[in-house]
Amino acid sequence: MAKGDPGASTRGRRAAPRSRKAAASDPELVQLLTPAGERIDSVTGPDGTEYRVDFTDEEYRGLYRDLVLVRKLDAEATALQRQGELGIWASLLGQEAAQVGSGRALRTQDMAFPTYREHGVLYCRGIDPIMPLGLFRGVDQGGWDPNEFKFNMYTIVIGAQTLHATGYAMGVAMDGKTGTDDGEAVIAYFGDGATSQGDVNEAFVWAGVFNSPLVFFCQNNQYAISEPLERQTRIPLYRRAAGFGFPGIRVDGNDVLATYAVTRHALDNARHGQGPSLIEAYTYRMGAHTTSDDPTRYRIASEVEAWQAKDPIARMKAFLEREKIADEGFFTEVDEQARREAVDLRERVLAMPNPEPTTMFDHVYPNGSPLLDEQRAQFSRYLESFEGSAH
Amino acid sequence: MSRIKEFNLPDLGEGLTEGEILAWLVKVGDTIELNQPIVEVETAKAAVEIPAKWAGQVQAIFHPEGTTVEVGTPIIAIDTDPGAGPIDSSTTDLPTPSAASLAAVEVAPAEGAVEPGLIGGPAPGGRTAVLVGYGPRTTAAKRRPRKGDAPAQATAAPVLPAPVQATPAPVVPVPAAPTVNGNGRTAGPVLAKPPVRKLAKDLGVDLGTLTGSGPLGSITREDVQRAAAAPAAEPLAVAGPATAAASFGADREQRIPVKGVRKLTAENMSRSAFTAPHVTEFLTVDVTRAMKALDRLRERREWREVRVSPLLLVAKAVLLAVKRHPMVNSTWAGDEIVVKEYVNLGIAAATERGLIVPNIKDAGRLTLRELADAMTNLVQTAKTGKTSPADMSGGTLTITNVGVFGVDTGTPILPPGESAILAFGAVREMPWVHKGKVKPRLVTTLGLSFDHRIIDGELGSKFLRDIGDFLADPEAALLAWT
Repeated sequence: MAKGDPGASTRGRRAAPRSRKAAASDPELVQLLTPAGERIDSVTGPDGTEYRVDFTDEEYRGLYRDLVLVRKLDAEATALQRQGELGIWASLLGQEAAQVGSGRALRTQDMAFPTYREHGVLYCRGIDPIMPLGLFRGVDQGGWDPNEFKFNMYTIVIGAQTLHATGYAMGVAMDGKTGTDDGEAVIAYFGDGATSQGDVNEAFVWAGVFNSPLVFFCQNNQYAISEPLERQTRIPLYRRAAGFGFPGIRVDGNDVLATYAVTRHALDNARHGQGPSLIEAYTYRMGAHTTSDDPTRYRIASEVEAWQAKDPIARMKAFLEREKIADEGFFTEVDEQARREAVDLRERVLAMPNPEPTTMFDHVYPNGSPLLDEQRAQFSRYLESFEGSAH
Repeated sequence: MSRIKEFNLPDLGEGLTEGEILAWLVKVGDTIELNQPIVEVETAKAAVEIPAKWAGQVQAIFHPEGTTVEVGTPIIAIDTDPGAGPIDSSTTDLPTPSAASLAAVEVAPAEGAVEPGLIGGPAPGGRTAVLVGYGPRTTAAKRRPRKGDAPAQATAAPVLPAPVQATPAPVVPVPAAPTVNGNGRTAGPVLAKPPVRKLAKDLGVDLGTLTGSGPLGSITREDVQRAAAAPAAEPLAVAGPATAAASFGADREQRIPVKGVRKLTAENMSRSAFTAPHVTEFLTVDVTRAMKALDRLRERREWREVRVSPLLLVAKAVLLAVKRHPMVNSTWAGDEIVVKEYVNLGIAAATERGLIVPNIKDAGRLTLRELADAMTNLVQTAKTGKTSPADMSGGTLTITNVGVFGVDTGTPILPPGESAILAFGAVREMPWVHKGKVKPRLVTTLGLSFDHRIIDGELGSKFLRDIGDFLADPEAALLAWT
């Protein structure tokens, strides 16, 4: 699917093979694709909203391709860190569906505020996946233009971006850019751990009170580094929204179709001026918090295995195979593309030039500063005092 | 580019310096693919598998399982083009584990983490391209050398804040001609650690004029302090004309914010100086016998490992004298005087952070040996900046060893809440009347300040006299008093 907007065309639609309704194993969880790869036609949410997707075969294959590519590039980045080429890496392994599903649900005009793990959303926004690697390699500050791609810079501070998103969304509303089908919506990404932060709760308050066009997208991956979910909350996270006065819903975050449907609906509500909502994408971080972390120290293997059985890519593949939407040739071709893009990513990372030391003085002030100019001059003279200096 | 590449253990998690090889997942001769797991390494943070950085054939494994390897050390060599036939031994030698391990041992910790050669390819500057991969490290090439000696000084100068423009005060002077110092080291750039250079700069000492007493002729902190204490005639002469033309404004003044230890010291000293009426008395003592006693003590087998200093004897003298005059170990509490039966003996210490006065708790109960150990601990803790607030509170009587700075004595100010403080001056060889003749003797001067609200001249004098008596003849004092 990728670039196409499934709302724009009705040709070639594939109805769900069996007309099952709202029969998910967990009544609190919106699911359209079971771990075994079985399609559920539609699910009715607690407020009566009917969630469904209507994709063409091409779009289904596109989603699968996204999932595989995002996972492969992420794995390559993890390997690069292990080989000493990145300082650190926060892997998204296991959360591909939550990110691709929500990322593809965004429209061009929608603005996203990521954490430091949203490599999948970044990919969906059309940003070169090399971009965050410069940041984690320590050669730049993350080099994409947030305005061009409508995707803010990675935010390392836990939960801080929810406030930025709230302010941005309030601005969108004040500019009168909501209330139509072409209205703008904003999405703020954060994790289960961040829900304990003051920033996130403040953002809930402001977005709720000002009816901001904002979707709070919480990827509940069950751990705040080593801290399990039961240390974050006594109730399901999505239910917290009720206390702030806006709807909350839990979706199977390993189900790319349900995540897409739920996010698209929430974004459309926001763009039509119906205020914020909270989505809890229920998923699992299969890898470590970051490459500096060792998850085997705080969680047991059987838990990881149980989630392995709910893998987002395996269920999509099973679905594509069962419905004969894709054949072996397609899967091989996708794997080969992923391999090529990973090699390309690796080669480009290794070729990244070290930044000129004096560039640290750039872009500090829009119109320069006498103090910084003086420091830059001093620093240049210092650098020139070394032999072999290119300055 | 060499076809055999060595893989250095990377920093696997934000600032680690080493890792333990848990298990090798490949062996020499194995053909491996890119990103194939090759080794399991445990660091302080996690046990992780490292994927191969290159495809090829394992040529050598440098460290067996169970060894701990520093970050930046080569752990495996991979032939990236094994199909290309045997390696040309005329230009390259095959790596041997022992040679590479040896090279690895010489690697400084965490060096690999900042080694620019890791980024972008295997040919970092400054290394000799022998053997395979990076080849042996040449320590001198870690940093790019400065440009030719004399011009380098000129270009580098603007980086350093020059205190007075006209005063030539190069931190690294250019030697007139290469000479050989006592340690046989050719006098190129002056060797001194950065803190020593900073000290020299702060004290206005020209490192180039000093002869280092440290390893390889390096200049030590003591060398600089000694030079700073000596009269500096030359800089004054040079500064003369500069002063005439110079201004006396803010550009030649330095403003240092008052905070931390400086602020605390200032508050305590002014509070004490303007509340407790201080009296200071002096006594000059011939400590030749005491110094000989110390030498004999040092020769004893059970004292061989113990740090024995003149200060130890002074502390002992004070503690014994307190027993004879308990009133000096007291606090003025407004309408009453609190006389303490315990002595928490403070030792004033000059540290990087400033003056601190940690104390030895209940020092009166310690044997001489315990006292020596306590003082060694106290000094070491203070020097490393790890003195805790508890160590510094509750002092009852203090010694300040101004002699280490080479002065004779002073009029110390009482720490708040204490009634007596003793300044211990330098021990010098002086002409002294001994048994009716003038002889060179080891002499020191004691300065005792006390709080006149509690201690009158008589008590203060007796207390000081007793300390002096002990230092003049410790054996006799011990026999007489204990």
